[in-house]
Amino acid sequence: MSASGANGASAPAGTISTWRRLDAHSTALIYRIVLILAMAGILAVTTGAFASTANVLNVLRQASLLFLLASGLTLAILCGGIDLSVAANLTLSACLAAGAIKLGVSPWLGVAVALACSMIIGFLNGVAITRLRLPPFLATYAMLWIVQGLAFHYMGGQEIYGFPPAFRALGTGFLLGVPIPVYLMAAVLLVGTVFTSRLNVGREIFAIGANPEAARLSGIPVRRRQLLVYVISGLMSGTAALVFLARVNAADSGMGEPLLLPVLAAVLIGGTSLFGGVGSLLGTMLGSIILALVINGMNLLDVKAQWQPLVVGAVLLAAVLIDLVGRGRGERIG
Amino acid sequence: MNAPGTAARKRGRPTPSIIPIAVVLALAAALGVHGFVSARNVGNIGLQASILLMISMPMTLAIMSEGLDLSAGAVLSLCSVVLAQVLAAGHDLPAALLASIAVGLVFGFGNGAIIALLRLPPFVVTLATLGIAQGIALVLTDGNAVSGIGRSAASLYALAWFGIPMPVLIALATWLLTHVLLYHTRFGTYVFAIGGNRDALVLAGARASAYHIAIYAYMGMVLGVAALLLTGRMNAAHPTVAIGMEFDAIAAVVLGGTSFERGDGRLFGTVLGVAAIAILRNALDLLGVESSLQVVSIGVLILVVIVIDSARKAKRTAFAP
Repeated sequence: MSASGANGASAPAGTISTWRRLDAHSTALIYRIVLILAMAGILAVTTGAFASTANVLNVLRQASLLFLLASGLTLAILCGGIDLSVAANLTLSACLAAGAIKLGVSPWLGVAVALACSMIIGFLNGVAITRLRLPPFLATYAMLWIVQGLAFHYMGGQEIYGFPPAFRALGTGFLLGVPIPVYLMAAVLLVGTVFTSRLNVGREIFAIGANPEAARLSGIPVRRRQLLVYVISGLMSGTAALVFLARVNAADSGMGEPLLLPVLAAVLIGGTSLFGGVGSLLGTMLGSIILALVINGMNLLDVKAQWQPLVVGAVLLAAVLIDLVGRGRGERIG
Repeated sequence: MNAPGTAARKRGRPTPSIIPIAVVLALAAALGVHGFVSARNVGNIGLQASILLMISMPMTLAIMSEGLDLSAGAVLSLCSVVLAQVLAAGHDLPAALLASIAVGLVFGFGNGAIIALLRLPPFVVTLATLGIAQGIALVLTDGNAVSGIGRSAASLYALAWFGIPMPVLIALATWLLTHVLLYHTRFGTYVFAIGGNRDALVLAGARASAYHIAIYAYMGMVLGVAALLLTGRMNAAHPTVAIGMEFDAIAAVVLGGTSFERGDGRLFGTVLGVAAIAILRNALDLLGVESSLQVVSIGVLILVVIVIDSARKAKRTAFAP
């Protein structure tokens, strides 16, 4: 009892405020939906091209790519960590998959290579964080550069392009008039939501994020869960890599880099707190749609591509500030 | 040896592994790499390391205060672009340098204010400002290099004093200034204290925020000056050229044994970290290994040092009461 006393003092209060914040998270999601409708309304009025079925489906397809990449990152942030390597992981997985598909054996070889590569990277992140006790942002930041360097080396400045139609359908195909990636987004959202809100393993991720020490004392295998989260985060990067590769029909060593900021922004805009323990995949999906609308709107309004990092950086900063306001002042100290 | 070093030794912190590693790297390069030991090449290493040493100095302070600055490379690129554009507009070098330092300070104060006053995680704040700085640099230049800036920056870069190149002198001066700030001023005491226990500092009534902001503002100022070297080296500016340099700087600090979590570390460790990275990159250059694999090898080097350090720590604490 004496050992848990110092931490135990804040644990009951933490539980209560977690529940209050979860409730606040639901209302936050409603605001996000209103924001999406408002943005769509403004774009529909100001640009002629927005309100077409083709463009709306295009936005959803863009959002689904962001969401696939952001879903694993959401879990990492929920459990109190971060995965800065998701975009670099996407690059290397897509490049290796492209090389594997070009061997001509089977597109499935490319799928297997991307998923295996991305899971290995996620596993190494997990080991560095749980065994070497590196701070997650440092471990995954170093991994970002290592993985990016390997991708540069593998591609040697070249591009690999032109894949079989059967594989390309993953990114460009339609089923009943809806793009295939949108189905993937729905499936990941459904499975992920059941995982995080119905299964014990998923609930434990929230507990670890809210208070790792309390989670450990409650008998949750904290390190094993963290390792699992980073492997899932890697796996989702590999999945996103396949969809991205199939859509753009080309792989190069710079393909993932511009995605890191929008993906992080999507998670935070979706109401997942950087401080862990609060958030949802549904929020991340709404955040992904908001970011896709921002990028689509910039295209439709003829804003030059050079403005994109500036706008996305500003959106990310705004997202962090919104997170701060949402948490209230008292909870940050101590 | 300075006071914090002895204090750290009393607490039982092992000497950083970077000392033997830097020595081993230097010896291996000297014995195994043809052309490594020559006056010309050693001068090259000094030139290559000068900008990295400059960025690594304030980065050490940021990391000691439990922060970091991921925007450093992007802000350096932006400063270089602004400096080159002011020169290209026909103004003289001091005016261009002032503009560059002003841009660095704006970003430094911005980063510091958001981190210190709003208590947000530094890596996210500086990742967002990375995007903003990169975006502004791209918008200013339309994605192209800025050239046609005269010879003033390049000739300053080529100056030497008693045979020591100007970039090396500026980098050494930055080290000296940072050393004095860290070990001989109230600001330095605050850097360690903010990293140690910022909340206790605030609860004790100390005004930590001003010093916390100053750490990032100092980074901005140094980046503004480093932009002069970067621009002089190429006699041009490119909007994304320095992105990634923050990784080398963070790697140098981590290699030097500064902890991300406890507000301790040594400035000299970072200098050795910079030396190790500069030697590694130079030797790999001479061996014809491309830059992308050099980055991978730096990442691996960090892991090796961390594994060694944590193994030694485990050995030490295993017998502690």
